[in-house]
Amino acid sequence: MSTLARKKIRPSTGSLNRFDPETQAAFHLTLGLFALLCIIPFVFVIIISFTSEESIREIGYSFRPLSWSVQAYEYTFQLGDQLWRSYLNSFLITIIGTALSVLMCFLYAYPLFRKDYGHRQFFNFLSFFTMIFGGGLVPTFVICKSVLGLSDNYAALIVPMLFSPFHVIVMRTFFQTSVPMELIEAARIDGSGEYGTLFRIVFPIVTPGIATIALLVALGYWNEWFLSLLYINKNMDIIPLQYLLMRMQRNADFLAKNSAMLGADAAKAAAQLPSQTLKMALVVFIVVPIACAYPFFQRYVVAGLTVGSVKG
Amino acid sequence: MTARREGAVAGRGPAKRRMSRTGRKKNLWLDTMVLPGAIWLLLIRYLPMFGIVLAFKNYKAQRPNTFWNNILKSQWVGLDNFQFLKSPDTAVMIRNTLGYNLLWILLGLVISVTFAIMMSELSSRFFAKAYQTMMFFPYFLSWVVASYFVLAFLDPTSGMIPALQKAAGGPASNFYHETTWWPLILTVCNLWKNVGYSSVLYLAAITGIDTSLYEAAAVDGATKWQQVRHVTLPNIRTMIVILLIMNVGKIFNADFGLFYNVPQNSGSLYPVTQVVDTYVYRAYANTHNIGMSSAAGFLQSAVGLVCIVAANAVVRRIDPESSLF
Repeated sequence: MSTLARKKIRPSTGSLNRFDPETQAAFHLTLGLFALLCIIPFVFVIIISFTSEESIREIGYSFRPLSWSVQAYEYTFQLGDQLWRSYLNSFLITIIGTALSVLMCFLYAYPLFRKDYGHRQFFNFLSFFTMIFGGGLVPTFVICKSVLGLSDNYAALIVPMLFSPFHVIVMRTFFQTSVPMELIEAARIDGSGEYGTLFRIVFPIVTPGIATIALLVALGYWNEWFLSLLYINKNMDIIPLQYLLMRMQRNADFLAKNSAMLGADAAKAAAQLPSQTLKMALVVFIVVPIACAYPFFQRYVVAGLTVGSVKG
Repeated sequence: MTARREGAVAGRGPAKRRMSRTGRKKNLWLDTMVLPGAIWLLLIRYLPMFGIVLAFKNYKAQRPNTFWNNILKSQWVGLDNFQFLKSPDTAVMIRNTLGYNLLWILLGLVISVTFAIMMSELSSRFFAKAYQTMMFFPYFLSWVVASYFVLAFLDPTSGMIPALQKAAGGPASNFYHETTWWPLILTVCNLWKNVGYSSVLYLAAITGIDTSLYEAAAVDGATKWQQVRHVTLPNIRTMIVILLIMNVGKIFNADFGLFYNVPQNSGSLYPVTQVVDTYVYRAYANTHNIGMSSAAGFLQSAVGLVCIVAANAVVRRIDPESSLF
């Protein structure tokens, strides 16, 4: 009501193109508060990871601990083995998985964009149908494990996520919006083979699309823990950091037990471990790569998700 | 376009033959490109569809103990594996799945659209960008990480809230054993993770609205509120409706990570945290009941298919361009 009244006093179009300062302030307050809520838990975890054990015993987790300590981070260096191996696994799985996955997606999406490709509809459907129907968790798991041998190996952590019909749709849309068919025909007339055209002519045009897919896939692999939960039973040497964190929550001295360096003294070592702050330090290890890269890749991810928003 | 051109070529005799031969060769090259993906789809997506027979069999190890042999020789048991539908747990899990999904679809929609409109109306580009970046951040984190965030606040021994309760002299809540707060906690977690993402989607749609529409409205004397009501909302209405229907189509799918990791898989919370996806997983992981868990999974897939096809049919009536198929 108040805005309506104000309008009558100042009927110039200038004021109609913008909300009045009070409303703007309310918007800032609401959005700012929610935006803060979105990052505060991470800030809190960083603070906890630098809190001393005494302070936690005394007042619990707090935004203002009684005393600070880098003990948790010192322990990560002493605990070597399992922790760093898992961290390395996370990077390894992400890099290999992303490279293979992007290549497969790129190769699959390109013919689907070519209107002159004879089997276009068939392969389109082959990919699309899996978006709306599937065998379900257990049959998929049983077959991957017993028939395809995806169990306790790196393949089990990479292969089940290699291909995504959703990403194919996003990639295909990138082709459709940025590659003119005339270009491909011109290349053919000039004697370029299909693969030559794809990698020398089309590829440079759709690099933004590739970047988008690569980031989505890399995020998926980096954040992956479900595959480990399903397919890894014994071989803890190959688990990624996400799953290590998950295991630690269920089993407090998991890290100590699985650290070769501590050997027979595992139980004793576990008792001395600053386990709470240590876990929070591991969370920081997982989030930091994302938080650092995030401002740079956000643009690409937004582009990709907007393209696929409705279709996804 | 393409069809017309090919038709024109087909009119000429010799050209037609040459075209079809190069056409076949071209198809072959393109076939090799889809091959890796197609093989993956057949092995990882289509092969398990045959595993659905597990839902109708009493899966037992046979001799020789190979997977296909076990499947073939196991006894057909009809609908025995679907007996779980009669248990009271099933009703609870279905209620949870549908209830949370419906609530979150509606809440998510209202909040995301509101935030998107607010962001689009901020006069400071810098702040709009900053809010967007911060709000989008949780979307990139896993539920394992998020579960530690929640733990930092709720952990019974040192979590912030129980610690504050103790400091205030009261008894500390044991959050991981009391169901009371979990509908709220899960809702907050879900909104925390997804609102930023969907706001950005709606914001992209709002940014795409032709600015001359606003100018015209302003010339006609519409206030900013009226512009939002009569320009912004009608322009994103189709997108809202479509995303809404598509989400309803996925109503039988729950976010496994949220319901499994955030409550720390705590058994005493199952009455408010058990959903279809966790139910299927636990049925297999805890009891190794392949038949029953396959049956539950199959029901979920089948109902999901019906829902999504129905949702799509509705979307196609509203806006054929946006339909999935």
